[in-house]
Amino acid sequence: MKTLQNIGLSLFLIGLAIFTSLIFLGKYEVTPELFDNIISDKGIKSELFINDIKNNVVGKEFTNPFSFSSSITTALETANAAHKQNNEWDKVIWTKPHSFSYEIAKSAGNGTIKEHKGLFWWLTFGLGIIGALLYVIPNVIILGPPGIKNNGVWFNAATNRSWIGWFAFVFLVGFYIILYFRPDYIVNWTYIVDPISKNISGNLASQWFLYGFLYSTVMIVMGIRMYIKYRHNKYQMIRTTSVLFFQIVFAFLIPEILVRFEKPWYDFKNAFPLDYDFFYSWNLDQLIASGGLGLFILIWGIVLSLVIVPVMVYFFGKRWYCSWVCGCGGLSETLGDPYRHLSDKSVKSWKLERWLIHSVLIFVLIMTGFTLYSYFSGAEAILGIKTQTIQDVYGFLIGALFAGVIGTGFYPIFGNRVWCRFGCPLAAYMGLVQRFKSRFRITTNGGQCISCGNCSTYCEMGIDVRAYAQKGENIVRASCVGCGICSAVCPRGVLKLENGPEIERIHPNDILLGNDVNLMDLVNQK
Amino acid sequence: MEHIVIIGNGISGVTAARHIRKLSDKKITIVSAETDYFFSRTALMYVYMGHMKFEHTQPYENWFWKKNRINLKKGFVKSIETKTKTLHFAKGDSLRYDKLIIATGSKPNKFGWPGQDLDGVMGMYHKQDLENLEKHAPNYKVCKRAVIVGGGLIGIELAEMLHSRHIPVTFLVREDSFWDAVLPKGESAMINREIISNGIDLRLGVNLKEIKADENGKVKSIIIAETGEEISCDVVGLTAGVSPNIGFIKDSDIETGRGVKVNHFLETNIKDVYAIGDCAEQRKAIDQRRPIEAVWYTGRMMGETVAQTICDNRIEYKPGHWFNSAKFFDIEYQTYGWVWAQPKANEARFYWEHPDGKKCIHINYDKNTREFVGINNFGIRMRHEFFDNVLNKKQTVDYVLEHLADANFDPEFYKLYEKDIISKFNAENNTTIQLKKKSWKRIFSV
Repeated sequence: MKTLQNIGLSLFLIGLAIFTSLIFLGKYEVTPELFDNIISDKGIKSELFINDIKNNVVGKEFTNPFSFSSSITTALETANAAHKQNNEWDKVIWTKPHSFSYEIAKSAGNGTIKEHKGLFWWLTFGLGIIGALLYVIPNVIILGPPGIKNNGVWFNAATNRSWIGWFAFVFLVGFYIILYFRPDYIVNWTYIVDPISKNISGNLASQWFLYGFLYSTVMIVMGIRMYIKYRHNKYQMIRTTSVLFFQIVFAFLIPEILVRFEKPWYDFKNAFPLDYDFFYSWNLDQLIASGGLGLFILIWGIVLSLVIVPVMVYFFGKRWYCSWVCGCGGLSETLGDPYRHLSDKSVKSWKLERWLIHSVLIFVLIMTGFTLYSYFSGAEAILGIKTQTIQDVYGFLIGALFAGVIGTGFYPIFGNRVWCRFGCPLAAYMGLVQRFKSRFRITTNGGQCISCGNCSTYCEMGIDVRAYAQKGENIVRASCVGCGICSAVCPRGVLKLENGPEIERIHPNDILLGNDVNLMDLVNQK
Repeated sequence: MEHIVIIGNGISGVTAARHIRKLSDKKITIVSAETDYFFSRTALMYVYMGHMKFEHTQPYENWFWKKNRINLKKGFVKSIETKTKTLHFAKGDSLRYDKLIIATGSKPNKFGWPGQDLDGVMGMYHKQDLENLEKHAPNYKVCKRAVIVGGGLIGIELAEMLHSRHIPVTFLVREDSFWDAVLPKGESAMINREIISNGIDLRLGVNLKEIKADENGKVKSIIIAETGEEISCDVVGLTAGVSPNIGFIKDSDIETGRGVKVNHFLETNIKDVYAIGDCAEQRKAIDQRRPIEAVWYTGRMMGETVAQTICDNRIEYKPGHWFNSAKFFDIEYQTYGWVWAQPKANEARFYWEHPDGKKCIHINYDKNTREFVGINNFGIRMRHEFFDNVLNKKQTVDYVLEHLADANFDPEFYKLYEKDIISKFNAENNTTIQLKKKSWKRIFSV
């Protein structure tokens, strides 16, 4: 079994190594015909840019994406700078330099990878999936009979912030930086999923299709790990199935299929304000232009955020979203499960959490206020602040850096819910409802707690569950995503996630149950 | 300002300190020789198993003590001079108190076995035991086999700990079945099976004769008394129960028996000296409880009670209905009320076991009045408040079975066995009990 795992690990690492090395392979050549097409498709009017590319790029062969990207982006930026200085606004190319460069690279790339997409899919995704499964599945036997088996979690260099953890951290952060800010470096990755994209949406794969596919794949493989690890716990089994379903069907397949039918790409479960660009003018315009379905999406999006989300939180707690439906939550609960114990439990970090997450909520509301005001009034700026600027700042700081780079990249060091705990505005919104108006709580079972600390250690949200349990108090916290792991790891059957009446929700027992009734009355009176 | 000194920073002493602080402004000092800060002793096993780091066993962050003006002093109390109200430390310094709380807990039993103090022989109680185990049994290469002597809760935990590092374990249990002085047959047999299915070499009905040393004074092997069999091993865990840790009190005026003798107000024979937790021995046992109870929650309750008394609200320690819990490898156990290993004359029993052999419940009730006496539940979680209420109101076994759905505390979506349980009861007892649907109203009207 151990050998099987080692083979699996090797295959996985080989797959990962090939995947990573793909960045450095392949050739890029812009032919004159291709460039003419681009000029006409994009409606480029900048002769500066056209000449620059014709002189320095067209007909030349680039052997790596970095020099190619640099030639294109430099040409674009130089041309733009000149045009802006001369007030030739119609000649400025507004597309982001690296996205522009991505589009050219996607067509200009050639060589083995583009010619053997299937082969390279198997060498990367294929090896990775097979390897990971070979590593994960033997755990059915290795871990022993069903039950909580966190043996050695704090001795393993991958899960105790040791060198493997740091390596994974650097790798993930690097991946997200490239994904968000340098898509033109990873056109080779998109080639290998082109056939799949073609089948689903009818288009070639963008970096976002690649990401969605990778995301779903990782979730399935790590979901299988969850199924094995928690096979004795039905709550975890059903919950894992739910997040996998919503990721694959709602976040991945349906949006791509919508595109196939020339409808707007839309993830029906992605609620504002997590879906922060829902009210952006381009999105509203697109929805309104898309007929009945567009209108439906528009109404659905608003009803989802204003009615469905709070009502569901009232009945079930925010867990219905965060650890049953949400994509970010889904990745946390599958890929992130091995890192859940790394969240910080100190009171200090709780304080930081409350400041940060509520600031993000206020930020997104202000940003959306600007957006809607601009949309309806047509004004570009309010109080001298451009709506575009505030949108860009939000998109960069929160949308990309916080949610992506930090949110997932920091898993191996700060735990798997960094984004959900410190940044997600939807979580903040639902947290307020959960804290003040909800039937959800984690019930503490009388006086059975022995303060062992498993619950707190394995709380991904950094809630000091034990602090409540040892007082005999139910846990009612804004941040709780209801993953149910505290209840699972408790050795004494103390914790249960429940939806019950609002009265007696916290049910504090200052002196513990089991103490004689007289004494309880006495102390409670005091 | 009155100075309250507490010897022992375990759950009892720390709870007393916290509650005295809540209720008053008195000066508080906690003395400990074991660790700087309070930690959960019951969680030491998880540190060795790699589920947690030692810091996770500490329920309060380190700033907590200063913020709450609870002084922590590290030191070993050598003797207590009650006339001058002075503690003398091993290092030679001393400390005056106005009121003293003795909360020194337990120490592992040793029954004078030859070789019981060798290198590699240890209990599993103190933080130092954990460090010792880490030294002698870091992995299965250094420790090729471990022998555990004594079949109680700590013994089985130690077995689980060593098993988590793939160290082969031989488990010597004096009784004919695991923990059968406490558990009835069915449950005890279930745990025997659980131990064996985890690959532990379980030896029932055997005693330790002696522990043999190698040339360096380190344990080499043990001899079983009954068979004379020699088992070579690198570690011996002595887990044959615990007894009050009161050696340093024996020469003082404070009356001791097996533990520090206290009345129901947790007062010793000396004014202003109290004893709580594992080290306290009730002069007169409370209800059917034992005079000395080495249980987590009783230590906590005694701490709460003594804090009231010290803060001028003298109240009696009343632990209420018996309850407890444990985990045996993967099988969780809870108990509410009393289910003795052997039924008493007036008691009837009902036992249900799931076909997988890993879940069961065992209900004890009065034959004549049908009053519910207690329940053991294995592999199924039950609501403490429900049973506390049932016992307070002296409800019948029929009431309990009818309302089993209210009592269940398993996580959501778990398969429930209430119907199976009740139909078995009905079949055995010619009754027609019907399961009622779970009702929040009833659960909260307790």
